[in-house]
Amino acid sequence: MSGARPLSGRYLRRRAVNALGIGFAVFATVFGLFWLAWILWTTLTRGAAALSPRLFTQMTPPPGAAGGLLNAFFGSFVMLLIAIAIGTPLGIGAGTYLSEYAVGRRIGGMIRFVNDILLSAPSIVIGLFCYTLLVQPSGHFSGWAGGVALALLLLPVVVRSTDETLRLIPATAREAVMALGVPKWRMITLVLYRAGRAGLLTGLLLGIARISGETAPLLFTALNNQYWTANPASPMANIPVVIFQYALSPYQSWHALAWAGALIMTVFVLLLSVGSRLLIGRRPGM
Amino acid sequence: MSAESLGLAASRPMIASRRAGPSGERVFAVLVTAAAWVVLIALGAVAAAMFWGGLPAFRAFGWRFLYGTEWNAVTRQFAALVPIYGTLVTALIAMLIAVPVSFGIAVFLIEVAPRWLRGPVAAAIELLAGVPSIIYGMWGLFVFVPFMSEQVEPWLIDHLGPLPVFGVLFQGAPLGIGMLTSGIILGIMVLPFISSVMRDVFALVPVELKESAYAMGCTRWEVAWRIMLPYTRSAVAGGIFLGLGRALGETMAVTFVLGNAHDLSFSLMDPGNSIAAVIANEFTEADSALYRASLIALGLLLFVVTFLVLAGARLLLVRLARQRGE
Repeated sequence: MSGARPLSGRYLRRRAVNALGIGFAVFATVFGLFWLAWILWTTLTRGAAALSPRLFTQMTPPPGAAGGLLNAFFGSFVMLLIAIAIGTPLGIGAGTYLSEYAVGRRIGGMIRFVNDILLSAPSIVIGLFCYTLLVQPSGHFSGWAGGVALALLLLPVVVRSTDETLRLIPATAREAVMALGVPKWRMITLVLYRAGRAGLLTGLLLGIARISGETAPLLFTALNNQYWTANPASPMANIPVVIFQYALSPYQSWHALAWAGALIMTVFVLLLSVGSRLLIGRRPGM
Repeated sequence: MSAESLGLAASRPMIASRRAGPSGERVFAVLVTAAAWVVLIALGAVAAAMFWGGLPAFRAFGWRFLYGTEWNAVTRQFAALVPIYGTLVTALIAMLIAVPVSFGIAVFLIEVAPRWLRGPVAAAIELLAGVPSIIYGMWGLFVFVPFMSEQVEPWLIDHLGPLPVFGVLFQGAPLGIGMLTSGIILGIMVLPFISSVMRDVFALVPVELKESAYAMGCTRWEVAWRIMLPYTRSAVAGGIFLGLGRALGETMAVTFVLGNAHDLSFSLMDPGNSIAAVIANEFTEADSALYRASLIALGLLLFVVTFLVLAGARLLLVRLARQRGE
């Protein structure tokens, strides 16, 4: 109890460290938000300057000429549909298996582990995989290969959200239904899927948001196509790859188109991810 | 919520289900099991395809593929040291930025910010993770590269370039394009992934622990640094590994700003390359089987490294969950 002075010196130092630490925390947050604002602002201003109705009515132009992104929007749309058609049933099925059939079994833990790896695996590797699996044997790039690559990226998102959503439904609900003599698969399809509707939809929307902006896996699967095509067996234009090629080109008119595409894609992706979060935000306890 | 749908759902299907009998049960079980195996097989198939695809390159170049520096499409000599080095260096710069900043953000969100501010700020930071990576690349090329080459890099070259040993990292021309710029952009990209893991696990720290520390007279920073961080140590490391996995495999953002150079240079200012960027830039133009095999072999390297990093992340994250479960 002797030294009030050394104690207060130490106290001051602790207060100073605390102020520095808290100051750093505030700075870090502002730092993070600063980049977000800068990136979004750039996309917004440069994209808005290049927006025009032509984007949705004309095809991608040769350098110097006027044009739009219609074929690219359409190609992206088709490939998203392919990815959703493949990824959703597989993902919900696998998620259902994890939550309802693999309870307490090692295989469940293993599949969850593998799924988590797939969730963060580099998308360019998935693209290479689809190239060796689909493009090389068939001899040409195709919209199908692009769709499959995107499906492989959508799959783990849907698996995880299905698994987590179904596991949140109380066991008593399952037991009550089973006690009525309803078979398990009916219980799952008619009760669990309905109860977990919002969660399943959120997972799917988040997954779509993720694959809508993916470029790397499309570079050597769908490639690009300067012209309109509705045939997924041929190379297909798509927004991300068009943005990539136009942004790296030396032509001003292509840069403008790339920024317009970038703006539309970013708005689409962010609306999807914010919207799906709001959907789940309504549910208490998540 | 499940109770209400229960009443709706259970009344009708009873009769239908008796008719369907046990065969429907079996079909459904087989279908979902098959779907689950697809997930398992997908990862194995990716690994196998990369391995077979890259095999010719490993056969042709042996271990030299890993430590050689020559990458020449004309003479068909391919070795991967330059992209490997670029991948590691950019990821390292990214982690140097992202880890402390993520910790600061997590502390801000858990201990500092008023309650009303937490939701919006957390959502805004997560938006950073939602922005497509090609947007980072475009912004990097058209906005950030000029900024770096005009404002930041001349200063670094003038002031840090003459330093002994370290100076070598900061010599050269202020092109803007290069490993430093790529590393910074990668750092911004992975920051939301790390900070959201940190925030989630900090929120799991038992409130009794924190309150005891406050009652002993700890400051907020001391609670964050000495209570929350040690308690969640393994999960925080898991979050960092998760971010590292992302940084290593990120393609589009770095492809725009790395410069696709195949010369080994220690300066962070010089154009460089990364595994993912080489594949993105050159794969469609690869004109020989060996060239393509070398690129796939690079893909295999990337896959193996990220697999190890992500598996490590998983194991570290699971440890906290288990600790809480017991």
